Amino acid sequence: MDPTILIGSITLFVMSIFLGFELITKVPATLHTPLMSGANAISGISIVGALLGANVAYEGGDTVVSGILAFVALVLAMINVVGGFAVTNRMLNMIAGKKRGGQ
Amino acid sequence: MIDDQWVGLGYLLSATLFIFGLKRLSHPRTAPRGNQLGAMGMLVAVLTTVLQMELGDGIEGWILIGSGLLLGGLIGWVMAVRVEMTGMPEMVALFNGFGGAASALVALSESWKYIEDDTLEIPTGLELEVMVVAAGLSALVGWMTLTGSLLAMLKLKGGIEIFGKWIRTPTWGPSWLNPVKGLLFISTLVLIYMSIQEPTETDYLFAIIGISCILGILLVLPIGGADMPVVVSLLNSLSGIAAAFTGFIISNSVLIVAGSLVGASGLILTFIMCKAMNRELIDVLFKAFGGSDKEQLTRTKIGSDADEVAMMVDGAQKVIIVPGYGMAVSQCQHQVKEFADLVSEKFDTEVKYAIHPVAGRMPGHMNVLLAEANVPYDQLIEMDEINPEMPEADIALIIGANDTCNPVARTDEGPLAGMPIIDADMARTVVIIKRSLSVGYAGVDNDLFYMDKTMMLFGDGKKMMNELNAAVKEL
Repeated sequence: MDPTILIGSITLFVMSIFLGFELITKVPATLHTPLMSGANAISGISIVGALLGANVAYEGGDTVVSGILAFVALVLAMINVVGGFAVTNRMLNMIAGKKRGGQ
Repeated sequence: MIDDQWVGLGYLLSATLFIFGLKRLSHPRTAPRGNQLGAMGMLVAVLTTVLQMELGDGIEGWILIGSGLLLGGLIGWVMAVRVEMTGMPEMVALFNGFGGAASALVALSESWKYIEDDTLEIPTGLELEVMVVAAGLSALVGWMTLTGSLLAMLKLKGGIEIFGKWIRTPTWGPSWLNPVKGLLFISTLVLIYMSIQEPTETDYLFAIIGISCILGILLVLPIGGADMPVVVSLLNSLSGIAAAFTGFIISNSVLIVAGSLVGASGLILTFIMCKAMNRELIDVLFKAFGGSDKEQLTRTKIGSDADEVAMMVDGAQKVIIVPGYGMAVSQCQHQVKEFADLVSEKFDTEVKYAIHPVAGRMPGHMNVLLAEANVPYDQLIEMDEINPEMPEADIALIIGANDTCNPVARTDEGPLAGMPIIDADMARTVVIIKRSLSVGYAGVDNDLFYMDKTMMLFGDGKKMMNELNAAVKEL
Protein backbone atom coordinates (compact mmCIF):
# COMPACT_ATOMS: atom_id res chain seq x y z
CA MET A 1 0.00 0.00 0.00
CA ASP A 2 1.15 3.46 -0.81
CA PRO A 3 1.79 5.17 2.55
CA THR A 4 0.25 8.39 1.22
CA ILE A 5 -3.13 6.65 0.97
CA LEU A 6 -2.89 5.63 4.60
CA ILE A 7 -1.86 9.14 5.63
CA GLY A 8 -4.78 10.50 3.62
CA SER A 9 -7.19 8.18 5.39
CA ILE A 10 -5.82 9.09 8.81
CA THR A 11 -6.10 12.78 7.94
CA LEU A 12 -9.74 12.30 6.97
CA PHE A 13 -10.36 10.36 10.18
CA VAL A 14 -8.81 12.96 12.49
CA MET A 15 -10.42 15.93 10.72
CA SER A 16 -13.85 14.30 10.78
CA ILE A 17 -13.49 13.58 14.49
CA PHE A 18 -12.73 17.25 15.12
CA LEU A 19 -15.63 18.32 12.92
CA GLY A 20 -17.95 15.95 14.75
CA PHE A 21 -16.91 17.44 18.10
CA GLU A 22 -17.65 20.95 16.87
CA LEU A 23 -20.87 20.09 15.06
CA ILE A 24 -22.99 19.45 18.12
CA THR A 25 -22.82 22.08 20.82
CA LYS A 26 -26.18 22.65 22.44
CA VAL A 27 -29.10 20.32 22.01
CA PRO A 28 -32.44 20.75 23.79
CA ALA A 29 -33.49 17.65 25.75
CA THR A 30 -36.43 17.11 23.39
CA LEU A 31 -34.04 16.43 20.55
CA HIS A 32 -31.66 14.09 22.37
CA THR A 33 -33.42 10.94 21.27
CA PRO A 34 -34.12 12.01 17.64
CA LEU A 35 -30.52 13.20 17.23
CA MET A 36 -29.21 9.94 18.61
CA SER A 37 -31.51 8.00 16.33
CA GLY A 38 -30.60 10.07 13.26
CA ALA A 39 -26.87 9.78 13.92
CA ASN A 40 -27.38 6.07 14.42
CA ALA A 41 -28.98 5.79 10.98
CA ILE A 42 -25.93 7.55 9.51
CA SER A 43 -23.62 5.03 11.17
CA GLY A 44 -25.32 2.49 8.92
CA ILE A 45 -22.91 3.82 6.30
CA SER A 46 -21.12 0.50 6.55
CA ILE A 47 -23.78 -0.50 4.01
CA VAL A 48 -21.30 0.82 1.42
CA GLY A 49 -18.69 -1.67 2.61
CA ALA A 50 -21.28 -4.43 2.66
CA LEU A 51 -22.31 -3.70 -0.93
CA LEU A 52 -18.71 -3.77 -2.15
CA GLY A 53 -17.98 -6.90 -0.13
CA ALA A 54 -21.04 -8.76 -1.37
CA ASN A 55 -20.13 -7.94 -4.96
CA VAL A 56 -16.44 -8.81 -4.79
CA ALA A 57 -17.18 -12.01 -2.97
CA TYR A 58 -19.71 -12.94 -5.61
CA GLU A 59 -17.25 -12.40 -8.43
CA GLY A 60 -14.53 -14.35 -6.71
CA GLY A 61 -16.41 -17.60 -6.87
CA ASP A 62 -14.20 -19.27 -4.30
CA THR A 63 -15.27 -16.97 -1.49
CA VAL A 64 -18.73 -18.16 -0.58
CA VAL A 65 -18.46 -17.57 3.16
CA SER A 66 -17.19 -14.02 2.65
CA GLY A 67 -20.12 -13.44 0.34
CA ILE A 68 -22.63 -14.70 2.88
CA LEU A 69 -21.06 -12.60 5.63
CA ALA A 70 -21.22 -9.49 3.44
CA PHE A 71 -24.82 -10.27 2.49
CA VAL A 72 -25.86 -10.54 6.14
CA ALA A 73 -24.01 -7.27 6.77
CA LEU A 74 -25.91 -5.71 3.88
CA VAL A 75 -29.29 -6.72 5.31
CA LEU A 76 -28.42 -5.57 8.84
CA ALA A 77 -27.01 -2.24 7.62
CA MET A 78 -30.09 -1.65 5.48
CA ILE A 79 -32.36 -2.31 8.48
CA ASN A 80 -30.28 0.17 10.45
CA VAL A 81 -30.45 2.81 7.71
CA VAL A 82 -34.09 2.58 6.65
CA GLY A 83 -35.44 1.86 10.12
CA GLY A 84 -33.27 4.54 11.68
CA PHE A 85 -34.31 7.36 9.36
CA ALA A 86 -37.97 6.28 9.42
CA VAL A 87 -38.15 6.12 13.21
CA THR A 88 -36.41 9.50 13.53
CA ASN A 89 -38.88 10.96 11.09
CA ARG A 90 -41.78 9.65 13.15
CA MET A 91 -40.39 11.16 16.34
CA LEU A 92 -39.75 14.53 14.72
CA ASN A 93 -43.23 14.64 13.20
CA MET A 94 -44.68 14.29 16.66
CA ILE A 95 -42.52 17.06 18.04
CA ALA A 96 -43.54 19.28 15.13
CA GLY A 97 -47.18 18.41 15.83
CA LYS A 98 -46.71 19.63 19.36
CA LYS A 99 -45.72 23.08 18.22
CA ARG A 100 -48.71 23.39 15.93
CA GLY A 101 -50.85 22.46 18.93
CA GLY A 102 -49.29 25.32 20.86
CA GLN A 103 -50.34 28.00 18.44
CA MET B 1 -19.60 1.69 -14.60
CA ILE B 2 -18.58 5.20 -13.50
CA ASP B 3 -15.09 6.54 -13.11
CA ASP B 4 -13.18 6.75 -9.86
CA GLN B 5 -13.27 10.54 -9.73
CA TRP B 6 -17.08 10.50 -9.91
CA VAL B 7 -17.15 7.98 -7.11
CA GLY B 8 -14.98 10.29 -5.03
CA LEU B 9 -17.25 13.24 -5.78
CA GLY B 10 -20.34 11.19 -4.98
CA TYR B 11 -18.91 10.27 -1.59
CA LEU B 12 -17.94 13.89 -0.98
CA LEU B 13 -21.51 14.99 -1.68
CA SER B 14 -22.80 12.27 0.61
CA ALA B 15 -20.44 13.28 3.44
CA THR B 16 -21.47 16.93 3.04
CA LEU B 17 -25.13 15.98 3.32
CA PHE B 18 -24.36 14.05 6.52
CA ILE B 19 -22.62 17.06 8.03
CA PHE B 20 -25.52 19.41 7.29
CA GLY B 21 -27.96 16.74 8.37
CA LEU B 22 -26.35 16.28 11.79
CA LYS B 23 -26.04 20.04 12.27
CA ARG B 24 -29.72 20.62 11.53
CA LEU B 25 -30.84 17.71 13.65
CA SER B 26 -29.65 19.57 16.71
CA HIS B 27 -32.08 22.49 16.32
CA PRO B 28 -35.82 22.03 16.83
CA ARG B 29 -36.88 24.09 13.83
CA THR B 30 -34.60 22.42 11.30
CA ALA B 31 -34.54 18.89 12.72
CA PRO B 32 -36.97 17.25 10.25
CA ARG B 33 -35.01 18.70 7.34
CA GLY B 34 -31.78 17.48 8.93
CA ASN B 35 -33.10 13.95 9.03
CA GLN B 36 -34.08 14.17 5.36
CA LEU B 37 -30.62 15.47 4.44
CA GLY B 38 -29.05 12.54 6.26
CA ALA B 39 -31.29 10.10 4.40
CA MET B 40 -30.40 11.79 1.11
CA GLY B 41 -26.71 11.49 1.94
CA MET B 42 -27.20 7.78 2.49
CA LEU B 43 -29.05 7.43 -0.80
CA VAL B 44 -26.23 9.20 -2.65
CA ALA B 45 -23.65 6.95 -1.00
CA VAL B 46 -25.54 3.77 -1.91
CA LEU B 47 -26.22 4.89 -5.50
CA THR B 48 -22.59 5.90 -6.01
CA THR B 49 -21.45 2.54 -4.70
CA VAL B 50 -23.86 0.49 -6.78
CA LEU B 51 -23.03 2.44 -9.95
CA GLN B 52 -19.27 1.89 -9.61
CA MET B 53 -19.67 -1.83 -9.19
CA GLU B 54 -19.18 -4.04 -12.16
CA LEU B 55 -21.96 -6.47 -11.67
CA GLY B 56 -21.19 -8.23 -14.89
CA ASP B 57 -23.52 -9.48 -17.58
CA GLY B 58 -25.14 -12.08 -15.42
CA ILE B 59 -28.17 -11.12 -13.42
CA GLU B 60 -27.08 -12.96 -10.25
CA GLY B 61 -24.98 -10.06 -8.97
CA TRP B 62 -27.90 -7.69 -9.24
CA ILE B 63 -30.25 -10.17 -7.64
CA LEU B 64 -27.91 -10.67 -4.69
CA ILE B 65 -27.44 -6.95 -4.07
CA GLY B 66 -31.04 -6.05 -4.87
CA SER B 67 -32.56 -8.70 -2.65
CA GLY B 68 -30.29 -7.71 0.22
CA LEU B 69 -31.29 -4.07 -0.08
CA LEU B 70 -34.96 -4.94 -0.45
CA LEU B 71 -35.02 -7.41 2.43
CA GLY B 72 -33.21 -5.11 4.86
CA GLY B 73 -35.19 -2.07 3.76
CA LEU B 74 -38.48 -3.87 4.17
CA ILE B 75 -37.67 -5.22 7.62
CA GLY B 76 -36.37 -1.84 8.79
CA TRP B 77 -39.40 -0.01 7.43
CA VAL B 78 -41.93 -2.37 8.97
CA MET B 79 -40.17 -2.27 12.34
CA ALA B 80 -40.01 1.53 12.31
CA VAL B 81 -43.63 2.02 11.31
CA ARG B 82 -45.13 -0.58 13.58
CA VAL B 83 -43.24 0.21 16.78
CA GLU B 84 -45.29 1.75 19.55
CA MET B 85 -44.21 5.09 20.97
CA THR B 86 -43.25 3.35 24.21
CA GLY B 87 -41.01 0.94 22.36
CA MET B 88 -39.07 3.56 20.43
CA PRO B 89 -36.00 3.71 22.70
CA GLU B 90 -35.60 -0.07 22.49
CA MET B 91 -35.89 0.17 18.73
CA VAL B 92 -33.08 2.73 18.54
CA ALA B 93 -30.89 0.43 20.64
CA LEU B 94 -31.69 -2.54 18.41
CA PHE B 95 -30.97 -0.65 15.16
CA ASN B 96 -27.74 0.53 16.69
CA GLY B 97 -26.72 -3.04 17.43
CA PHE B 98 -27.42 -3.99 13.82
CA GLY B 99 -25.24 -1.12 12.60
CA GLY B 100 -22.33 -2.25 14.76
CA ALA B 101 -22.76 -5.84 13.65
CA ALA B 102 -22.83 -4.79 9.99
CA SER B 103 -19.48 -3.01 10.33
CA ALA B 104 -17.95 -5.97 12.11
CA LEU B 105 -19.31 -8.39 9.53
CA VAL B 106 -17.86 -6.39 6.64
CA ALA B 107 -14.50 -6.49 8.39
CA LEU B 108 -14.81 -10.23 8.94
CA SER B 109 -15.85 -10.78 5.34
CA GLU B 110 -12.73 -8.96 4.13
CA SER B 111 -10.43 -11.02 6.35
CA TRP B 112 -12.20 -14.26 5.53
CA LYS B 113 -11.54 -13.86 1.81
CA TYR B 114 -7.87 -14.57 2.39
CA ILE B 115 -8.62 -17.54 4.57
CA GLU B 116 -10.96 -19.39 2.25
CA ASP B 117 -9.38 -18.51 -1.09
CA ASP B 118 -5.75 -19.68 -1.35
CA THR B 119 -5.27 -18.05 -4.72
CA LEU B 120 -5.69 -14.58 -3.24
CA GLU B 121 -2.34 -13.10 -2.39
CA ILE B 122 -2.12 -11.99 1.21
CA PRO B 123 -0.95 -8.39 1.32
CA THR B 124 2.35 -7.69 2.97
CA GLY B 125 4.05 -4.89 4.87
CA LEU B 126 2.10 -1.76 5.63
CA GLU B 127 -1.03 -2.88 3.80
CA LEU B 128 -1.22 -6.05 5.89
CA GLU B 129 -0.69 -4.16 9.13
CA VAL B 130 -3.36 -1.60 8.30
CA MET B 131 -5.81 -4.29 7.29
CA VAL B 132 -5.30 -6.50 10.33
CA VAL B 133 -5.31 -3.66 12.85
CA ALA B 134 -8.37 -2.00 11.32
CA ALA B 135 -10.22 -5.31 11.02
CA GLY B 136 -9.35 -6.16 14.62
CA LEU B 137 -10.49 -2.81 15.98
CA SER B 138 -13.63 -2.87 13.85
CA ALA B 139 -14.43 -6.34 15.21
CA LEU B 140 -13.73 -5.25 18.79
CA VAL B 141 -15.97 -2.17 18.60
CA GLY B 142 -18.59 -3.68 16.29
CA TRP B 143 -19.29 -6.90 18.20
CA MET B 144 -19.16 -5.00 21.47
CA THR B 145 -21.78 -2.62 20.10
CA LEU B 146 -23.99 -5.52 19.04
CA THR B 147 -24.07 -7.40 22.35
CA GLY B 148 -24.10 -4.18 24.38
CA SER B 149 -27.02 -2.78 22.40
CA LEU B 150 -29.01 -6.01 22.62
CA LEU B 151 -28.56 -6.09 26.39
CA ALA B 152 -29.43 -2.38 26.60
CA MET B 153 -32.59 -3.09 24.62
CA LEU B 154 -33.58 -5.85 27.03
CA LYS B 155 -32.82 -3.57 29.97
CA LEU B 156 -35.02 -0.84 28.53
CA LYS B 157 -37.78 -3.39 28.15
CA GLY B 158 -37.16 -4.49 31.72
CA GLY B 159 -36.97 -8.15 30.93
CA ILE B 160 -37.66 -10.90 28.47
CA GLU B 161 -40.41 -13.47 28.14
CA ILE B 162 -39.14 -17.01 27.77
CA PHE B 163 -41.72 -19.80 27.51
CA GLY B 164 -44.34 -17.56 29.03
CA LYS B 165 -42.18 -16.72 32.00
CA TRP B 166 -41.10 -13.15 32.57
CA ILE B 167 -37.42 -12.91 33.37
CA ARG B 168 -36.11 -9.58 34.60
CA THR B 169 -32.97 -8.28 32.97
CA PRO B 170 -30.29 -8.63 35.62
CA THR B 171 -28.08 -5.80 36.79
CA TRP B 172 -24.88 -7.07 38.23
CA GLY B 173 -21.47 -5.54 38.60
CA PRO B 174 -19.15 -6.08 41.54
CA SER B 175 -16.17 -3.73 41.65
CA TRP B 176 -13.70 -6.45 40.61
CA LEU B 177 -15.43 -6.55 37.24
CA ASN B 178 -13.69 -3.38 36.07
CA PRO B 179 -10.15 -4.85 36.09
CA VAL B 180 -11.56 -7.90 34.29
CA LYS B 181 -12.93 -5.64 31.57
CA GLY B 182 -9.53 -3.94 31.30
CA LEU B 183 -7.80 -7.29 31.04
CA LEU B 184 -10.14 -8.50 28.31
CA PHE B 185 -9.63 -5.25 26.41
CA ILE B 186 -5.84 -5.58 26.55
CA SER B 187 -5.96 -9.25 25.54
CA THR B 188 -7.93 -8.24 22.43
CA LEU B 189 -5.19 -5.79 21.51
CA VAL B 190 -2.59 -8.51 22.03
CA LEU B 191 -4.60 -10.87 19.81
CA ILE B 192 -4.74 -8.21 17.11
CA TYR B 193 -0.97 -7.86 17.33
CA MET B 194 -0.54 -11.62 17.06
CA SER B 195 -2.83 -11.67 14.00
CA ILE B 196 -0.34 -9.49 12.15
CA GLN B 197 2.18 -12.33 12.40
CA GLU B 198 -0.35 -14.95 11.35
CA PRO B 199 -3.14 -13.22 9.43
CA THR B 200 -4.92 -16.42 8.42
CA GLU B 201 -5.06 -17.93 11.91
CA THR B 202 -8.80 -18.32 12.49
CA ASP B 203 -8.38 -19.06 16.20
CA TYR B 204 -7.24 -15.49 16.78
CA LEU B 205 -10.17 -14.17 14.78
CA PHE B 206 -12.74 -16.15 16.74
CA ALA B 207 -11.08 -15.23 20.02
CA ILE B 208 -11.29 -11.54 19.17
CA ILE B 209 -14.97 -11.87 18.25
CA GLY B 210 -15.77 -13.86 21.38
CA ILE B 211 -13.98 -11.53 23.77
CA SER B 212 -15.56 -8.47 22.13
CA CYS B 213 -19.04 -9.95 22.56
CA ILE B 214 -18.35 -10.62 26.23
CA LEU B 215 -16.95 -7.11 26.69
CA GLY B 216 -20.15 -5.57 25.31
CA ILE B 217 -22.24 -7.50 27.81
CA LEU B 218 -19.92 -6.75 30.73
CA LEU B 219 -19.99 -3.05 29.82
CA VAL B 220 -23.77 -2.77 30.03
CA LEU B 221 -24.53 -5.39 32.69
CA PRO B 222 -23.67 -3.25 35.75
CA ILE B 223 -25.53 -0.21 34.45
CA GLY B 224 -29.17 0.15 35.21
CA GLY B 225 -31.89 2.57 36.02
CA ALA B 226 -32.05 5.99 34.51
CA ASP B 227 -28.58 5.71 33.00
CA MET B 228 -29.58 3.45 30.11
CA PRO B 229 -30.15 6.36 27.66
CA VAL B 230 -26.57 7.47 28.21
CA VAL B 231 -25.34 3.97 27.47
CA VAL B 232 -27.36 3.74 24.26
CA SER B 233 -25.94 7.09 23.19
CA LEU B 234 -22.40 5.87 23.90
CA LEU B 235 -23.02 2.66 21.97
CA ASN B 236 -24.28 4.80 19.09
CA SER B 237 -20.98 6.65 19.13
CA LEU B 238 -19.14 3.30 19.13
CA SER B 239 -21.05 2.00 16.11
CA GLY B 240 -19.86 5.09 14.23
CA ILE B 241 -16.26 4.35 15.19
CA ALA B 242 -16.69 0.75 14.04
CA ALA B 243 -17.85 2.02 10.63
CA ALA B 244 -14.79 4.30 10.44
CA PHE B 245 -12.40 1.41 11.18
CA THR B 246 -14.13 -0.64 8.50
CA GLY B 247 -13.48 2.29 6.17
CA PHE B 248 -9.75 1.89 6.77
CA ILE B 249 -9.86 -1.77 5.71
CA ILE B 250 -11.41 -1.04 2.34
CA SER B 251 -9.85 2.46 1.99
CA ASN B 252 -13.25 4.06 1.61
CA SER B 253 -13.51 7.77 2.32
CA VAL B 254 -17.24 8.03 3.04
CA LEU B 255 -17.10 5.26 5.64
CA ILE B 256 -14.24 7.00 7.42
CA VAL B 257 -15.86 10.44 7.34
CA ALA B 258 -19.42 9.44 8.24
CA GLY B 259 -18.27 6.93 10.84
CA SER B 260 -15.99 9.31 12.68
CA LEU B 261 -18.57 12.12 12.45
CA VAL B 262 -21.12 9.93 14.21
CA GLY B 263 -18.49 8.70 16.63
CA ALA B 264 -17.47 12.21 17.68
CA SER B 265 -20.87 13.88 17.69
CA GLY B 266 -22.37 10.84 19.43
CA LEU B 267 -19.78 11.19 22.18
CA ILE B 268 -20.61 14.88 22.58
CA LEU B 269 -24.31 14.03 22.78
CA THR B 270 -23.48 11.45 25.44
CA PHE B 271 -21.73 14.14 27.50
CA ILE B 272 -24.66 16.54 27.01
CA MET B 273 -27.08 13.86 28.23
CA CYS B 274 -24.86 13.10 31.23
CA LYS B 275 -24.83 16.78 32.09
CA ALA B 276 -28.62 16.98 31.88
CA MET B 277 -28.73 14.23 34.49
CA ASN B 278 -25.94 15.71 36.56
CA ARG B 279 -23.81 12.62 36.24
CA GLU B 280 -20.27 11.89 35.14
CA LEU B 281 -19.76 9.49 32.25
CA ILE B 282 -17.04 7.63 34.14
CA ASP B 283 -19.40 7.11 37.09
CA VAL B 284 -22.12 5.87 34.79
CA LEU B 285 -19.84 3.35 33.13
CA PHE B 286 -17.74 2.07 35.97
CA LYS B 287 -19.71 2.67 39.13
CA ALA B 288 -22.57 0.25 39.36
CA PHE B 289 -25.84 2.12 39.50
CA GLY B 290 -29.05 0.62 40.71
CA GLY B 291 -27.21 -2.65 40.88
CA SER B 292 -28.13 -3.85 44.33
CA ASP B 293 -31.01 -6.19 44.94
CA LYS B 294 -34.41 -4.62 45.05
CA GLU B 295 -35.33 -3.44 48.49
CA GLN B 296 -37.98 -5.34 50.30
CA LEU B 297 -41.04 -3.30 51.06
CA THR B 298 -41.94 -3.17 54.72
CA ARG B 299 -44.30 -0.21 54.75
CA THR B 300 -47.84 0.12 53.51
CA LYS B 301 -50.04 2.97 52.42
CA ILE B 302 -53.78 3.08 52.15
CA GLY B 303 -55.03 3.97 48.70
CA SER B 304 -57.42 6.82 47.97
CA ASP B 305 -60.16 6.86 45.36
CA ALA B 306 -60.88 9.08 42.40
CA ASP B 307 -63.75 10.98 44.10
CA GLU B 308 -61.51 11.99 46.95
CA VAL B 309 -58.87 13.27 44.58
CA ALA B 310 -61.46 15.09 42.46
CA MET B 311 -62.57 17.00 45.56
CA MET B 312 -59.01 18.03 46.21
CA VAL B 313 -58.67 19.22 42.64
CA ASP B 314 -61.77 21.39 43.05
CA GLY B 315 -60.39 24.53 44.57
CA ALA B 316 -56.82 23.95 43.53
CA GLN B 317 -55.33 26.94 41.77
CA LYS B 318 -52.31 25.25 40.35
CA VAL B 319 -51.84 21.65 39.34
CA ILE B 320 -48.51 20.35 38.13
CA ILE B 321 -48.63 17.05 36.27
CA VAL B 322 -45.54 14.88 36.54
CA PRO B 323 -45.64 12.16 33.88
CA GLY B 324 -43.39 9.10 33.91
CA TYR B 325 -42.94 5.75 32.29
CA GLY B 326 -46.30 4.58 33.63
CA MET B 327 -48.04 7.11 31.41
CA ALA B 328 -46.16 5.73 28.42
CA VAL B 329 -47.02 2.14 29.29
CA SER B 330 -50.73 2.73 29.75
CA GLN B 331 -50.84 5.18 26.83
CA CYS B 332 -53.03 7.54 28.87
CA GLN B 333 -51.64 10.83 27.51
CA HIS B 334 -55.03 11.64 25.93
CA GLN B 335 -56.80 11.13 29.27
CA VAL B 336 -54.19 13.33 30.92
CA LYS B 337 -54.84 16.06 28.38
CA GLU B 338 -58.59 15.67 28.93
CA PHE B 339 -58.06 16.06 32.68
CA ALA B 340 -56.02 19.21 32.14
CA ASP B 341 -58.71 20.69 29.88
CA LEU B 342 -61.47 19.75 32.35
CA VAL B 343 -59.95 21.35 35.40
CA SER B 344 -58.80 24.46 33.61
CA GLU B 345 -62.31 25.00 32.23
CA LYS B 346 -64.29 23.96 35.27
CA PHE B 347 -62.23 25.33 38.13
CA ASP B 348 -60.05 27.79 36.23
CA THR B 349 -57.02 25.88 37.49
CA GLU B 350 -53.60 26.52 36.04
CA VAL B 351 -52.08 23.31 34.68
CA LYS B 352 -48.46 22.71 33.85
CA TYR B 353 -46.41 19.63 33.06
CA ALA B 354 -43.09 18.95 34.76
CA ILE B 355 -40.76 17.15 32.38
CA HIS B 356 -37.81 15.35 33.90
CA PRO B 357 -34.94 15.02 31.39
CA VAL B 358 -34.98 11.25 31.61
CA ALA B 359 -38.63 10.60 32.45
CA GLY B 360 -39.75 7.48 30.68
CA ARG B 361 -36.88 5.56 29.22
CA MET B 362 -35.30 8.19 26.97
CA PRO B 363 -34.83 11.93 26.93
CA GLY B 364 -37.78 13.55 25.21
CA HIS B 365 -39.99 10.49 25.70
CA MET B 366 -42.67 12.44 27.56
CA ASN B 367 -42.54 15.37 25.14
CA VAL B 368 -43.27 13.05 22.25
CA LEU B 369 -46.19 11.36 24.00
CA LEU B 370 -47.80 14.58 25.21
CA ALA B 371 -47.29 16.13 21.79
CA GLU B 372 -49.27 13.26 20.37
CA ALA B 373 -52.15 14.28 22.66
CA ASN B 374 -51.85 17.91 21.48
CA VAL B 375 -50.68 19.31 24.78
CA PRO B 376 -49.55 22.90 24.12
CA TYR B 377 -45.77 23.23 23.96
CA ASP B 378 -45.61 26.11 26.45
CA GLN B 379 -47.19 23.98 29.18
CA LEU B 380 -44.31 21.51 29.11
CA ILE B 381 -41.79 22.87 31.57
CA GLU B 382 -38.34 21.40 32.02
CA MET B 383 -37.22 20.29 35.45
CA ASP B 384 -34.97 23.22 36.36
CA GLU B 385 -37.68 25.75 35.58
CA ILE B 386 -40.59 23.96 37.22
CA ASN B 387 -38.90 23.09 40.51
CA PRO B 388 -39.02 26.65 41.92
CA GLU B 389 -42.77 26.66 41.19
CA MET B 390 -43.43 23.43 43.06
CA PRO B 391 -44.02 24.94 46.52
CA GLU B 392 -46.79 27.11 45.01
CA ALA B 393 -48.55 24.12 43.50
CA ASP B 394 -51.67 22.90 45.27
CA ILE B 395 -51.39 19.49 43.70
CA ALA B 396 -48.61 17.56 42.10
CA LEU B 397 -50.22 14.81 40.05
CA ILE B 398 -47.66 12.08 39.42
CA ILE B 399 -48.63 9.61 36.73
CA GLY B 400 -46.47 6.52 36.73
CA ALA B 401 -43.25 8.29 37.70
CA ASN B 402 -41.12 7.02 40.54
CA ASP B 403 -37.34 7.43 40.53
CA THR B 404 -37.50 10.84 38.85
CA CYS B 405 -39.23 12.30 41.92
CA ASN B 406 -37.75 10.18 44.69
CA PRO B 407 -36.52 12.50 47.45
CA VAL B 408 -33.82 9.99 48.40
CA ALA B 409 -31.84 11.33 45.44
CA ARG B 410 -31.09 14.45 47.50
CA THR B 411 -29.15 12.36 50.00
CA ASP B 412 -25.75 10.85 49.37
CA GLU B 413 -26.90 7.29 49.67
CA GLY B 414 -28.10 4.64 47.32
CA PRO B 415 -28.04 4.30 43.58
CA LEU B 416 -30.11 7.43 43.01
CA ALA B 417 -27.78 9.71 44.99
CA GLY B 418 -27.12 12.97 43.27
CA MET B 419 -29.59 12.53 40.45
CA PRO B 420 -31.62 15.69 39.93
CA ILE B 421 -35.32 15.14 40.62
CA ILE B 422 -38.65 16.88 40.22
CA ASP B 423 -39.43 18.36 43.65
CA ALA B 424 -42.93 16.92 43.70
CA ASP B 425 -42.73 16.47 47.47
CA MET B 426 -42.75 20.28 47.84
CA ALA B 427 -46.29 20.58 46.53
CA ARG B 428 -49.11 20.98 49.08
CA THR B 429 -50.73 17.72 48.09
CA VAL B 430 -49.20 14.91 46.11
CA VAL B 431 -51.41 12.56 44.10
CA ILE B 432 -49.70 9.48 42.70
CA ILE B 433 -51.24 7.17 40.14
CA LYS B 434 -49.34 3.92 40.20
CA ARG B 435 -50.15 0.27 40.03
CA SER B 436 -48.53 -0.60 43.34
CA LEU B 437 -46.03 0.58 45.91
CA SER B 438 -43.30 -1.41 44.18
CA VAL B 439 -39.88 0.08 43.67
CA GLY B 440 -38.93 1.87 40.49
CA TYR B 441 -36.38 1.13 37.83
CA ALA B 442 -33.44 1.92 40.09
CA GLY B 443 -34.71 -0.52 42.70
CA VAL B 444 -35.14 1.80 45.66
CA ASP B 445 -38.14 2.51 47.84
CA ASN B 446 -39.73 5.94 47.53
CA ASP B 447 -40.49 7.92 50.71
CA LEU B 448 -42.81 10.11 48.72
CA PHE B 449 -45.47 7.38 48.70
CA TYR B 450 -45.68 7.30 52.47
CA MET B 451 -45.92 11.01 53.22
CA ASP B 452 -49.08 12.19 54.95
CA LYS B 453 -49.94 14.60 52.20
CA THR B 454 -49.66 11.92 49.55
CA MET B 455 -52.75 10.29 48.07
CA MET B 456 -52.16 7.07 46.19
CA LEU B 457 -54.46 6.01 43.37
CA PHE B 458 -53.56 2.37 42.83
CA GLY B 459 -54.24 1.19 39.30
CA ASP B 460 -53.41 1.35 35.64
CA GLY B 461 -52.78 4.89 34.43
CA LYS B 462 -55.51 4.91 31.81
CA LYS B 463 -58.14 3.38 34.07
CA MET B 464 -57.40 5.73 36.96
CA MET B 465 -57.32 8.83 34.73
CA ASN B 466 -60.70 7.85 33.28
CA GLU B 467 -62.13 7.44 36.76
CA LEU B 468 -60.63 10.74 37.84
CA ASN B 469 -62.02 12.54 34.80
CA ALA B 470 -65.47 11.06 35.45
CA ALA B 471 -65.31 12.14 39.08
CA VAL B 472 -64.29 15.67 38.15
CA LYS B 473 -67.17 15.90 35.65
CA GLU B 474 -69.65 14.85 38.33
CA LEU B 475 -68.63 17.52 40.79
